[in-house]
Amino acid sequence: MSDSLRPAPAAADPSPNASPQPLSEGAEEPVLEIRRLSIDYGLGPGALHAVVAADLTLRRRQVLGLAGESGSGKSTLAYGATRLLREPGVVAGGEVLLNPREGAPTDLLAASERQLRAIRWSEISMVLQSALNALNPVVRIGKEFDDILRAHSRLSRKARRRRAGELLEMVGIHPSRLSDHPHQLSGGQRQRVMIALALALEPQVVIMDEPTTALDVVTQREIIEELIELRDRLGFALLFITHDLSLLIELADEIAVMYAGRIVERAPAEELYRSPRHPYTYGLLHSFPPLHGEVPPMTGIPGSPPDLASIPAGCAFHPRCPYAMDRCTRAVPALDLLEGQGRQVACFLHDGQAAVPSELALS
Amino acid sequence: MTTLARRLGVYLLTAWVAITVNFLLPRMMPGNPVRILIGKIHGRVTPQMVRAIEEQFGVGLHQGLWSQYLHYWDQLFHLNLGVSIALSAPVSSVLKQTVPWTVGLIGASTVLSFLLGTFVGTYLGWRRGTVFDAVLPVATFFQAVPYFFFGTVLLLVFASHLRWFPELGAYNEALTPHWHWAFVASVLRYGQLPAITVIVSSVAGWIMGMRNMMVTTVAEDFVLMAVAKGLPKRKVVAYAARNAVLPSISNFSLAMGLLVSGALLVELVFNYPGVGDLLLTAVQNEDYPLLQGIFLVITFTVLSANLIADVVYMALDPRIRREA
Amino acid sequence: MASTTAAAAPQLPGTLEGQLGKSPARRRPRRRRVLALPRSGKVVLGLVILGAFVVLAIVGPYVAPYNPSSTNFTPGLHPDAAHWFGTTLLGQDVLSQVLVGARPTLVVGFVAGAIATGLSMVIGVTAGYIGGATDEGLSLASNVFLAIPGLPLLIVIDTYLPQGARSNTILIGAVIALTGWAWGARVLRALTLSLRNRDFVEASRIIGESRWRIIFVEVVPNLLAVLASSFLFTLLYSIGTYVALAYIGVTDTAQWNWGSMLYWAQANNAATGNQWWWFLPPGLCIALVGMGLALLNFGIDEFINPRLRAAGVTGRSRRKVKLSNRPRLGLTPVVEAPR
Repeated sequence: MSDSLRPAPAAADPSPNASPQPLSEGAEEPVLEIRRLSIDYGLGPGALHAVVAADLTLRRRQVLGLAGESGSGKSTLAYGATRLLREPGVVAGGEVLLNPREGAPTDLLAASERQLRAIRWSEISMVLQSALNALNPVVRIGKEFDDILRAHSRLSRKARRRRAGELLEMVGIHPSRLSDHPHQLSGGQRQRVMIALALALEPQVVIMDEPTTALDVVTQREIIEELIELRDRLGFALLFITHDLSLLIELADEIAVMYAGRIVERAPAEELYRSPRHPYTYGLLHSFPPLHGEVPPMTGIPGSPPDLASIPAGCAFHPRCPYAMDRCTRAVPALDLLEGQGRQVACFLHDGQAAVPSELALS
Repeated sequence: MTTLARRLGVYLLTAWVAITVNFLLPRMMPGNPVRILIGKIHGRVTPQMVRAIEEQFGVGLHQGLWSQYLHYWDQLFHLNLGVSIALSAPVSSVLKQTVPWTVGLIGASTVLSFLLGTFVGTYLGWRRGTVFDAVLPVATFFQAVPYFFFGTVLLLVFASHLRWFPELGAYNEALTPHWHWAFVASVLRYGQLPAITVIVSSVAGWIMGMRNMMVTTVAEDFVLMAVAKGLPKRKVVAYAARNAVLPSISNFSLAMGLLVSGALLVELVFNYPGVGDLLLTAVQNEDYPLLQGIFLVITFTVLSANLIADVVYMALDPRIRREA
Repeated sequence: MASTTAAAAPQLPGTLEGQLGKSPARRRPRRRRVLALPRSGKVVLGLVILGAFVVLAIVGPYVAPYNPSSTNFTPGLHPDAAHWFGTTLLGQDVLSQVLVGARPTLVVGFVAGAIATGLSMVIGVTAGYIGGATDEGLSLASNVFLAIPGLPLLIVIDTYLPQGARSNTILIGAVIALTGWAWGARVLRALTLSLRNRDFVEASRIIGESRWRIIFVEVVPNLLAVLASSFLFTLLYSIGTYVALAYIGVTDTAQWNWGSMLYWAQANNAATGNQWWWFLPPGLCIALVGMGLALLNFGIDEFINPRLRAAGVTGRSRRKVKLSNRPRLGLTPVVEAPR
């Protein structure tokens, strides 16, 4: 992997059929394709279905937002797809295709431990919610970088040290901090260190699981701006998981909304914000104030998300849905492409058999 | 460094408490045990010795408690711990001959036991759910067996019966204690079975503690991150173990008193010429000066070992935390 | 000793597993589940062993076939029909000694365990709840008592006791308790400290409940699991210490307990003389009692620290889908499950 450590961001994407500038949505080549991914907790008839037949495509240089309340399965999806989910979590089916820079696509679900180890961090890296928990408390920051570079490159000790310093500087931290321990840094600095670590091998895919949730609003703001800048410079694709939909609208190119283990809506961020098509998305949008722009009336969603052990029959959202119809209690709506709009929604309101409420119609 | 200073303060206080208890016990105990002792040994020992005992334990003195206490400290500073009744020799010179045996045997076997237990515990904690979990109930059993009883069984089976090890003592009596190879080899040979006793009896505690801490630590995010980074498995285990070992080390100083107490009795079983064996002599003869000297020496040794464990802990844990 | 210390800090559910959202904050955590110990084989076995020995301690002296001190039998007999555990070199019946010796051994253990646990609760909870200078002082005291090697101190103290007092099991138990409370106090202090700042305790303070009411109604019930573990630990420590004291001959050697049996066996070179039936029964009894206590402690440990419990996916369902028996970090299993 040593040759993949290229400092020049312009060269980040060598594939010939991708242009250096991001085109409109859907034009770039997919780097991570999640197909019909199902994840259970436990085995056999008592297993809880945490993620059901989820489809997601992450394209080069794209920021894909995955939104949902806690318990919706968004983190489970990310950990399951990368085979990092702990027991009793098991992958119950599907495919997770990674298109490496060179060579044929790999199905992570069929990969051996050795293959996974080679792919990890060099192709897919992660940032977790709590940097304090994610950093080894007894080693220096420099060692965290060193371990990664040692495992994936043949750089000399000196070169590794230099590279670690560069990476820290890239996120605005002085290289002298390499000899600090995690507890000596502030929360914002720790999360920046995590981001620098995640970018150490210039992976194609970075997965961030609520990376800014534990931070104050000002730091959160700064980090998001830095992330956008880094993405533009380095050209990685970002899967950003959060419960904060308003954050995603700022950051993401495309957003997928999850509810009770299923993806219920997928759309370009701008469009999702302007005209949500799923009643749940609508509810979510009206429960968080946006960081910028006009504030819609705050209504929230009545009720609470279902327990995995007792997911309602039919559309899992129907007990909380103001537009619930009879058929919603019986059948699960599929995630269908809305004609001519390049977006998907899983709701019976949009299959042409019912009148679409004005809030959920195209504006 | 403040944490270390605090610990040092605790140990100094502990030493002071031990010394003061030693001073007060014979003077405060109901039934005047020292006077009874003097009555018992009268005629068997020289009048000077009776006089020395009276002075050391404050019998028939026309001196206030406070000036006795000062005198006691003065004697202590001059390493004068009195004269052993049973052995008719100064306690300090008796201890000088026995302490090295004990420190050598118990020190070496305790450190070995800790290292062995930590490695086995790391492995069991990492490979949880395999057949190796069957080690746990066995470990529990050994944890519950008194050291000296286990020593007795080993002595019968492996020394008396199978003759794999020499039976009693610390070296071949035919050799003169001297720094030459034959003697050292003999010491190592005689020390094996007592050391095995101490190791097998105490290793279960370290295994269990390390195993449980590993299980807890492996559930931490930073271990999962180590996997996500694609680090080799050896490295991932090291990440977890490096953190999991910290409670084991702080337990090391907590368990030291218990460990040493258990290990001392092993000396009795094997007639090992250390402090434990001396303790038996002291108890059987109600040899108060010797008994008190042994207590002080054990306390100081344990406190020094604690201090070393603390220094190691601080070197390994950068978060120099205030003690929880 | 080391196995129980993992319990020092109550664990929160793992951060990732927390995503399941199945554990809403309980107002009074664990309170109702105190008695619902995991009914694992370990706990049941521990209870059975311990129960059997308690029964033995009660009926022992009545069912003993002979007077344990009587020296009227042929010395050094192998176990046979008349003497199930053989006889000693002094011509005494070993079985009778084991049966009679059970009671003092367990009585000392229970007395010392109860006193030490009581002391550690009072000292630990007071230090943790009141804090400040009280805490500093009490913590210092427990640290000092932890650092002093207990057995040598007890040997010194007990040797100064008059002969009559050395056979008094209650007194000996109380003296042992003096050296055995510090560990529990330390653990309980840490736990109280963390409980003090929990919402439900805070709420009671704001309502204006009295300090003692808060301590006994809000704090102590949440300490029960750790208290129980602490009691079992001191019980084990006390039995071990008492046996050691008796073995070295500090307690009355004419009084039958498992330790004094071993004292006589040692004094008569039973090991080198190959008289295994003399020292094996009392030693195994001690080990079994200790094992029973340790097994119970396992149950409590797993109750306090849920991470120690086996993961939810059990052996049989694993084999059905041909999963390896061991969860592997970073290799989430892929199974094709019908849905």
